[in-house]
Amino acid sequence: MSTDLSKTPDTTTGTTTEASISGAEIVLDEVVKQYPGQKVPAVQSLSLTIPAGEIVMFIGPSGCGKTTSLKMINRLIEPTSGTIRIGGDDVAKQSDNELRRQIGYVIQGGSLFPHMTVAKNIAIVPKMLGWKRQRIDERIDELLDLVSLDPGKYRDRYPRELSGGQQQRVGVARGLAADPPVILMDEPFGAVDPITRQRLQDELLSIQRELRKTIVCVTHDIDEAVKLGDRILILQEGAKIAQYDSPEVVLGAPANEFVEDFVGSGSSLKQLSLTRVRDVDLIHPTTATVGESVAEVKRRAEANGDTSVIILDQRGRPRGWPWLRQLKGDTVVEPTEDLVDVDLASTLNDALDTMLSSSHGGAIVTGDRDQYVGVVNFDAVTDHIRAIEEKARD
Amino acid sequence: MTDLADPPQETVARHEPLDGPGEAVPERGARSRLDRSTLLMLVVPPILVAIVFAGYVWWRQTADLDGVEQSQLAWDSTWSALWRHVELTLAASALVVVIAVPLGILLTRGRARLLSPLVVGIANIGQAAPAVGLIVLLAMWRGYGFWTAVIALVLYGVLPVLRNTITGLQGVDPTLVEAGRGLGMSNGAVLLKVELPLAVPVIMSGVRTALVLVVGTATLATFVGAGGLGAIIDTGITLYRFRVMVAGAVLVALLALLIEWLGRLLELLTRPKGL
Repeated sequence: MSTDLSKTPDTTTGTTTEASISGAEIVLDEVVKQYPGQKVPAVQSLSLTIPAGEIVMFIGPSGCGKTTSLKMINRLIEPTSGTIRIGGDDVAKQSDNELRRQIGYVIQGGSLFPHMTVAKNIAIVPKMLGWKRQRIDERIDELLDLVSLDPGKYRDRYPRELSGGQQQRVGVARGLAADPPVILMDEPFGAVDPITRQRLQDELLSIQRELRKTIVCVTHDIDEAVKLGDRILILQEGAKIAQYDSPEVVLGAPANEFVEDFVGSGSSLKQLSLTRVRDVDLIHPTTATVGESVAEVKRRAEANGDTSVIILDQRGRPRGWPWLRQLKGDTVVEPTEDLVDVDLASTLNDALDTMLSSSHGGAIVTGDRDQYVGVVNFDAVTDHIRAIEEKARD
Repeated sequence: MTDLADPPQETVARHEPLDGPGEAVPERGARSRLDRSTLLMLVVPPILVAIVFAGYVWWRQTADLDGVEQSQLAWDSTWSALWRHVELTLAASALVVVIAVPLGILLTRGRARLLSPLVVGIANIGQAAPAVGLIVLLAMWRGYGFWTAVIALVLYGVLPVLRNTITGLQGVDPTLVEAGRGLGMSNGAVLLKVELPLAVPVIMSGVRTALVLVVGTATLATFVGAGGLGAIIDTGITLYRFRVMVAGAVLVALLALLIEWLGRLLELLTRPKGL
């Protein structure tokens, strides 16, 4: 694999520039980890450049050295030889504790400290960095908002009073607390159910759109790697690079048999996880805001020929999707149903999943901070598949 | 917003629009630290002790006692024996904590880990040795007196606290320790802010065990002239006064129950919130 050792942290290969990059480039140069008493090194000379502001997914069979490689970046594991530079600075030259305070760390299940409240968990790194109390408090609320948890409701809760997905969200907030340029994630969404995992992935993508950090994430799930990664690093035993490229190339042109076996056969279905919801046409059915007059909403919906409306709260977040006949009373009230929506960055695969479980044959799409954007339906997906097939025929 | 107003805080978990439908959100009410059985364990013993003690007072005031019994069970000497017993128990238990907790921490750090079976083995001997023998042997070396008794009691009570400190620290989820390190906490900070708070319930259960062991064993302190409620029992035996002996035994039992209760209370009060 080509290794770009230039020390310019500002180079970006991405085409989208929604926000300025706050990440830093990470360069691994001939990094080796040999455990005492083992003949073969766990990591045999890994050289790699992780561009600033990108998400790079480390994936490979268990024991391939992906977690070891990740932990060498924040020196939880010390390399036997080789150098690692973040934004040009050699990590070995810094104090390990101070280095780690500059690098976000997110672990499976959140790994929150059970005896500390949500706020205290998030405040750990800012406190060590000597932030003022007020700044920490503001940051906690800002972060909880960012990971879609109501600060007033969750700030003072203990981890065991949260669901698995909520704990994981707080784990992400804790990793982001001191606004580090680099975030390391070790199988962050491995411990939650598939629907929650999909949401957390969507949220991570939406957060990343805003923050543009450099994120290194270990996973064992190829679908997750394809969905989240700007690049995927596929490792073989001994952390030998099998392929390091964009998901499109990894899926479309596997470098060798190992990669081919690893990603599985590339059917049209797999292609669906390459397309994002934002790439297809959305429809815009009637919406209503909490507090509006029901009669007025019904009139509007009938004029549009809709039999259902999407209810938004005051902050423009979708809250429910009732049929017109379910609207009762004078004003629209906030529904209590469990609404499953998808993010603009969700894959068509995820959207299809959500559509199948919806009685409306569509899925509500949200953008940054859960703002309502539109609805994706089956027609959009079938149109897209047809387009791909036509392209393949040409 | 009429009939669908926010549910009260305690049951708010029922509706959580931000999570997958399959996810169970724990009830907020579950954070209550007092369940029914803990509450019973906290309320019943002191009531029981009070009732039995009232019975003892009534018996002491109304029973037809001879001169020796009268003087042995006089209130002021009973109180001073009782107080001495409490002093022995508290002094020994405090020393046990001061010695065993730091030692336990040390034995879970770095290379010292290897020594931990050895030290626990030695502490085991301390506990396995017959208490009377231990006290008498110490008296031959240190002479009679309060502190000789306390040292014997410490040797006897150190094991449960030491063992539980080690077990408690070893029982802390290693991923939490790594999370702490990964966030940039120093080893000391991880110990103080993560490991010890999480080990406190286990350590405190060891402290309660030690308290109970020590309060019972302190009955033997009288053999090295350190007094305590054991003296009343001992006099009862030597002077063939069955009633004096039983009275002493009842008082020791009541004190032990009360100390055990105190231990439970301590356990509950020191338990970190959120666990």
